[in-house]
Amino acid sequence: MLSYIGKRLLQLIPVLLGMTFIVFMIIRAIPGNPAQIILGQQATKEAVEALTVKLGLDNPWYIQYFNYLGGILKGDLGESMKTRLPVADEIWPYLAATFELALFAIIIAVIVGINAGIISAWFQNSWFDYTAMILALIGVSMPIFWLGLMGQWMFALELDWLPVTGRDEVRTPVNSITNLYVLDTIMQGRFDQLGVVFKHLILPGLALATIPMAIIARMTRSSMLEVMRSDYIRTARAKGQKMFWVVYKHALKNAIIPVLTIIGLQMGMLLGGAILTETIFAWPGVGRYIYDAIGARDYPVIQSGILIVAFFFVMINLLVDLLYSLIDPRIKYD
Amino acid sequence: MRKSKLWSLALMLILVLSTALAACGQDGEKDGSSKDDESGKTEPAKTLVFGRGGDSTSLDPSRTTEGETFKVTVNLYETLLNFGEQDTTIQPGLAKEWEPSEDGLTYTFTLQEGVKFHDGTDFNAEAVVKNFERWANGDADTFPYYNSMFGGFKGDEGHVIESVTADGDNTVIIKLTRPQAPFLKNIAMSMFAIASPTAFEKDADEFERNPVGTGPFQFVEWKPNETITIEKFDDYWQDGLPKLDKVIFKSIPDNSARLNALMAGDIDLADGINPSDGAAIEDNDKLQLFERPSMNVGYLGLTVTRPPFDKKEVRQAMNYAIDKEAIVETFFEGRADVAVNPMPKSISGYNDEIEGYPYDPEKAKELLAEAGLADGFEMELWAMPVPRPYMPDGSKVAEVIQKNLADVGITAKIVSHEWGTYLDLASKGDADAFMLGWTGDNGDADNFLYVLLDEDNIGSNNYTYYKNDELHDIFIEAQTEIDEDKRIELYKKAQEIIHEDAPWVPLAHSTPLLGGAKDLTGFVPHPTGSDLLSNVDFE
Repeated sequence: MLSYIGKRLLQLIPVLLGMTFIVFMIIRAIPGNPAQIILGQQATKEAVEALTVKLGLDNPWYIQYFNYLGGILKGDLGESMKTRLPVADEIWPYLAATFELALFAIIIAVIVGINAGIISAWFQNSWFDYTAMILALIGVSMPIFWLGLMGQWMFALELDWLPVTGRDEVRTPVNSITNLYVLDTIMQGRFDQLGVVFKHLILPGLALATIPMAIIARMTRSSMLEVMRSDYIRTARAKGQKMFWVVYKHALKNAIIPVLTIIGLQMGMLLGGAILTETIFAWPGVGRYIYDAIGARDYPVIQSGILIVAFFFVMINLLVDLLYSLIDPRIKYD
Repeated sequence: MRKSKLWSLALMLILVLSTALAACGQDGEKDGSSKDDESGKTEPAKTLVFGRGGDSTSLDPSRTTEGETFKVTVNLYETLLNFGEQDTTIQPGLAKEWEPSEDGLTYTFTLQEGVKFHDGTDFNAEAVVKNFERWANGDADTFPYYNSMFGGFKGDEGHVIESVTADGDNTVIIKLTRPQAPFLKNIAMSMFAIASPTAFEKDADEFERNPVGTGPFQFVEWKPNETITIEKFDDYWQDGLPKLDKVIFKSIPDNSARLNALMAGDIDLADGINPSDGAAIEDNDKLQLFERPSMNVGYLGLTVTRPPFDKKEVRQAMNYAIDKEAIVETFFEGRADVAVNPMPKSISGYNDEIEGYPYDPEKAKELLAEAGLADGFEMELWAMPVPRPYMPDGSKVAEVIQKNLADVGITAKIVSHEWGTYLDLASKGDADAFMLGWTGDNGDADNFLYVLLDEDNIGSNNYTYYKNDELHDIFIEAQTEIDEDKRIELYKKAQEIIHEDAPWVPLAHSTPLLGGAKDLTGFVPHPTGSDLLSNVDFE
């Protein structure tokens, strides 16, 4: 087991290295000079040239790349060209904000998605099955932008139940320690604020959960259908086990493995891919941080930002792989 | 493998993950925003939440060129001179009086007395001198605006400011190497705000995130991409101001979401309202609509180095072919003036004798025939990919232009690029015709005409590569001409030349919209886009 984890962590090195290289080459292939963008439209040509040299952008690409790699090996993720702050310092609050939102979304997606999938498989071809699967299809193809704005209109403007944007009430802000506001408010015993934080999580969380929820539901259903046809399920039923236990205990355990893979992948995707939700709900997350950096050609932020998100993506999926053997003892990593 | 062992391994992995997270976290907190516990204090009665499209990049206005910064800093700092409440006339600021010499080379400023910086440092002539010295000893990427407005830095040939000296505590004398007509307007720009020398001498980088000025509000907290909070400065030198206790600038990038937040009462003031949403705000009895006086221009640039736009007749034909009235009526909802010249009417030197090219497809066809293009031609039409106040919906406007051009036999293919790419390629002269715009910095004609259409700015802001020697001589003469009447004549002449050469199709001078809560009073949007909030109050 330990050697398996070790091996997987070693595999991480070429993956991340290859990724830094691809990202490095792609962002340099798109036109646009960071110096020009930083200095703005007013800048003189001389000023742009001077800054280009200062940022080291006049060097050949391989020198720039190796300088960057050298920095990473020393634990230096570089400095944002725009804000002149180290990326490692700057990215943390954004990462935490997205992590909190993504985790909330994936919890909703898992609870609703898995149950909908199970029930659909259990009562295959029933009205519930059809409705759930049609809803799932709509969910997968739903434009988040539209859904988010409609959610704001419905629940914030018409019903006045939920706030429109943001992570907390800006007039009485959360006193942040870890930047995970749920954790922060609990640590400070501010349960009134915990309620406010949850209210702010609901709309963006639901918008973000829609697609993973639909995918998880469909995956669970097909995986369950396969398992339900196996011999051991028939045996369990023949022994007179209650259907509920047959489904939720015996069948689910075998059916959940592929679903788990999807959950891991989706959680990873949400970390970097929540840009639309973050934009509509003014959520100060890492997706928008990197997206803005692309617009500003802020190379260090793009490179290191993607590197960090990729790192967590891989780690989450490693965690999921390890969970397999926990659920199914037949899977061994020795 | 046994379950318990697995659990312990899973736990270990979580531990690794969380250590990694925590490691980033510890770094983050060093430079993180201030963490004062606000919970113990009573909430101030009057808090304004101002929703806007983006975050600031810096809170040291001299170090950036980006508008979202100045929206905040204009409330934290003050300049020697101010612009008028809703125009760019020169008014007293930290200097109560100023006196130019006959030759326009020496300016004497008499300073306000009894003014203090937020950190307790006295504001005086020495502080002003230290600010100017800081800028003059900098370089172009540290102080980009100083570079472009004052022609470089200490030791540079083009540097306009020869010396800045203190004469006693309350008098500052600025000597120039040559007269600079817009000098006083430049001094009033919010990038040249006077900061506390104690603060920036201590640590220039730290100062960027902990601004200290003399303004009506002082800095409290900055949560990046989220909020910037400022509060009333109790020792502010103007009695009774500011009226608000606290202002929170909140970034809400999406225009529709910002409008939703305004309607729900989550924010009290929102900028960047789409022209198409203006009516909805006017009809809402809980809200009011504000119009920012126009100081911008949206235009279609014609790259004069790319045939057939090297021919004047073709460029004029483009001007006749495009129905500007229809564009303004449809996409600006009428909240814009049809542009005739490259700068709006409010700018001193505007030539109102010039009549715009009317919408006349027949005339356009005639001109094309004269240029030997009776059968038309094919071209690329670049559509702006991002909404800007001077161009709320680039792709739709492009479609109208495409139709107009088709009517006179020109086949235009609409092209769009990501914004950074768009600007980069356009500045290299890669576009046949491209949409772009400009918002003025100081309300001076030079800041529109010279910056956008002089040969000196080819490759930076003159995207059309338009070059006219006579025009260049006029611009250079006007920059040093201190007789205002003569200067106005020069710019009027310049606009005639530009109108005849037609490197642009000027489209519109728009009125950017803001929405606010009904009970908001004293808010006066400024044409520069940076609004001083000291008079704002709730009924």
